[in-house]
Amino acid sequence: MTTHAVSTKSAKRLVSVDRFLTFIRVFLVTMIIIGLLAFIWQQFDADNPFARWRNPGARGLTGDQFKGLLISGLSQGSMYGLIALGYSMVYGVLGFINFAHGEVFMIGAMTGFVASEKFNANGMWESNFLLCLALIVLMAIFFSTSLAVLMERVAYRPLRNSPRLIPLITSIGVSFFIQNLVLGLFGPSTKSYPRLPEWLSKQRSILTFEIAGTRLLVLVVAAASMGVLWYIVERTKTGKAMRAVAEDKEIASLMGIDVNRTIVTTFAVGGAMAGVGGILWGLMFRSVTHMTGFLPGVKAFTAAVVGGIGNLGGAMAGGISLGSAESIAPLLILEPLGVPGVSQLKDAVAFTVLVLVLLFKPSGLFGERLSAEERA
Amino acid sequence: MSALVAPMPSSAIDQDWGKVLRWGLICGGALIALCLVGMPVELDRREIIERYLSLGYVSVLLIPILIGRIAATQVVLEGFESRKQGLYDLVTGLIVGLLGGGCLSLLMLALDSWNLRDPLVNWSPKLFRFLTYENGMGFGAGAWIVTCGALGLAGASLHVVPAIVRRSTGTVVLSLLALSVLEGAVDDLSEGFGLDWLTDLMYAKKGGLTLTSTIVVGAVIAVVSVLTSGRVKAVTNRYRDMQGAERQKASMILFAVVAVLCIVLPMFLGKIMNELLANVGLFLLLALGLNIVVGLAGLLDLGYVAFFAVGGYTTAVLTSPNSPFFAPELHFGIALIFVVIFATIVGLLIGAPVIRMRGDYLAIVTLGFGEIIRLLFMSDWLGPYFGGAQGITNVPGVDLGFATVKGTDPRSVFYLVLFFCVIAIYISWRLQASRLGRAWMAIREDEQVAEAMGINTVSAKLMAFVVGAVLAAFSGAVLAAKVGSVFPTSFMILISIIILVVVIVGGMGNIAGVMVGSFVLIGVLGGPKQPGLLQEFQNFKLLIYGMLLVFMMLKRPEGLVPSARRSRELHQEEFLQDAWLKGDKSDADDEDEDAVNVGDGGGEEE
Repeated sequence: MTTHAVSTKSAKRLVSVDRFLTFIRVFLVTMIIIGLLAFIWQQFDADNPFARWRNPGARGLTGDQFKGLLISGLSQGSMYGLIALGYSMVYGVLGFINFAHGEVFMIGAMTGFVASEKFNANGMWESNFLLCLALIVLMAIFFSTSLAVLMERVAYRPLRNSPRLIPLITSIGVSFFIQNLVLGLFGPSTKSYPRLPEWLSKQRSILTFEIAGTRLLVLVVAAASMGVLWYIVERTKTGKAMRAVAEDKEIASLMGIDVNRTIVTTFAVGGAMAGVGGILWGLMFRSVTHMTGFLPGVKAFTAAVVGGIGNLGGAMAGGISLGSAESIAPLLILEPLGVPGVSQLKDAVAFTVLVLVLLFKPSGLFGERLSAEERA
Repeated sequence: MSALVAPMPSSAIDQDWGKVLRWGLICGGALIALCLVGMPVELDRREIIERYLSLGYVSVLLIPILIGRIAATQVVLEGFESRKQGLYDLVTGLIVGLLGGGCLSLLMLALDSWNLRDPLVNWSPKLFRFLTYENGMGFGAGAWIVTCGALGLAGASLHVVPAIVRRSTGTVVLSLLALSVLEGAVDDLSEGFGLDWLTDLMYAKKGGLTLTSTIVVGAVIAVVSVLTSGRVKAVTNRYRDMQGAERQKASMILFAVVAVLCIVLPMFLGKIMNELLANVGLFLLLALGLNIVVGLAGLLDLGYVAFFAVGGYTTAVLTSPNSPFFAPELHFGIALIFVVIFATIVGLLIGAPVIRMRGDYLAIVTLGFGEIIRLLFMSDWLGPYFGGAQGITNVPGVDLGFATVKGTDPRSVFYLVLFFCVIAIYISWRLQASRLGRAWMAIREDEQVAEAMGINTVSAKLMAFVVGAVLAAFSGAVLAAKVGSVFPTSFMILISIIILVVVIVGGMGNIAGVMVGSFVLIGVLGGPKQPGLLQEFQNFKLLIYGMLLVFMMLKRPEGLVPSARRSRELHQEEFLQDAWLKGDKSDADDEDEDAVNVGDGGGEEE
């Protein structure tokens, strides 16, 4: 599954750019290795001159801190993974980046906010939390799915056969539109989810990991959704149709598969996953605005690329790796290199991961799955 | 193909009711969304015709007209006999409008009986008062249903009435709207020419046209439009058909007129209008750069704002005495040399890693770079050099010896921007037809074929990045000198997207298109932070930008002023199909510009 048709490049005259790219690769890897080594040294011996070379003030991490970072990275990453599934599926089937998928996620979180606040107002949120949770998840799935399907119908279907940048630009417009529509409807203020019940949010200790109940919930729900998705795609007839359409639309339609319906299903399933992701986001960070979808959306796309686009397991794995990378790497690599205020660079790290993956392995860690025409 | 064509209804009874219902609900949905976004209430303050009509009502009233018109549009297929439009379409429009009005009345009922203020910020008594004309529920509902029905009918009847009536009413309504909406500009301009008495006569004190002036001006415009009907089109057609030397001459005259206007006009304009023109110029400069990257070379750079930031920060660091780490306090002109150098370096740095990527990956990665650069400028890490979130203040204006260009004197800023725009336009114009420009277009059309033809795609793409970067950096430099400070928040990703909208709405790959795009969008609606002529739209312009982007991509991807080559690429299939239907295959490769007119009908049939 080697990709990148551009590898047909003729050798010699491209040398300068290639040299430069090699230089970038070597440079980045060296920096990462130096940072890592300095960090490791620091852990063993805080007074080591190499460890203190760039950043004398670094204190390293304790085991508990490290575990905490890992857990927060994992839970954040599994959310990225849930969103990434939508990107990955749509890319696999239609071959374009649905930039507005982040907004689908945001609508999920927004629905969750509106519903949970209404529940909170009449006291149901406290008295019957689980029922409320189930209801808001269902509502978020409903709205996100409808939005995704509507988007496909209005904006993307007429562009099915146009050059691939056209639907991408359209989706940027859709994303912009939805963001500002939500801004107009719900106002610019940050919306806070109501407080979660004590039994859910309290710290628990599992296998020596201190983990907040919400994060545990996020991990469990993400895993469950992934399981459901896997079942749909690999074990049902609809899933088979989806895989067939992803492979080759024309042949699939010759085999009697309703391509339009399958594409709508793909959008719907992706939207549902994003809706669940939105609720999880709301429960974990307890705040949502009209811009909530933008960064997680772009990062989720990054996750999809990291895992190999079109590859569903890869999307989840990519999300988790990206989440952990952006939570751990600033402290693990940047701080020993003497960069102050590393937590501000969290987002920059995520984008650097994207660049790194595309420089080293454009097909992603687990290999992409695209039809021949989309790979070009 | 013939199986796809719906049976033609002969009377008003055998309509495609499903379609009518769908459009009616869309109309209702659009009306309700508009109200809940808060547009009408906010725009209500702006009078169009004093005491009778405000912009708020106009914004609501336009929707049934538009949707009525769209719903009654029939798909015309080349080579098939199309049905004559008549009563059937009128009924469609009427019902669509009535359904829209009905939805609006339901909204009124809901507003009256529930309070959803909590999540929906615009669910207010104000909206209710707006919708009922402060005359109570029954009156409001009745009035809206009737008006919307009538307007839907009017929209649909646009297809039925003779062309001359349609054109002149259209001209009258649009120019009255424009006159009233652009009141500020007209006022400013007439004051400069000493024609205040005319505007005093025309506009009411509180703003908006007076009723008498509306009637008078409307009548004048109607007469003029009837008299000149078809002339304008004939002139543009003649211009388009010109060849060789003749065309060149006409272009030169046009160019001279525009140039004189650009130099003379600002002298007669007030501060606000000049400020506005300067903003338009800044964005035009950015858009011209992006036009090279996206329009010519086909590289969708979503992190274009990075170069803008580089230009701004380079100028600020080199000229401001407040630069935290290194403050040589150079002159703007010398700083400009470094701006070019740094923009080139950053262009290469960002360009090199992404050059081999697929087009859509390139978009996201550049987006990432744009965000990284902003985060870096904001971070504590580079804070000691660039001032972090506090930015760099006290950037001096441009000292030209005889005058100083700074933000307090927008006219001088405009001339400075104009200077750069002229350079940019010249560069783009010369590059377009050059070897490099043709290489870019070849890459845009098919990279592998271009490579096979012996084009060095890597260096051509890098050049596109660099040229685009330098133009954007110029714009950033002027911005720094104009505003007198740079902050990381001045360089949000939003700007990249707005410039993308400008380029796409104007017409990708076409200099004139980009100019039109920036005048229309930035001038009228305003930039991300800069207000345009319609200051009331401040809160809604991003919404409109998003909508425009989607609309343009769906209906007219080649933009308002398309480049001939680009529209041929985009409509190649329709082209071939038309040619095939006409039974003349040679037409398909004809170097003809009429692709422009093909765009509207296609893609609708199902």
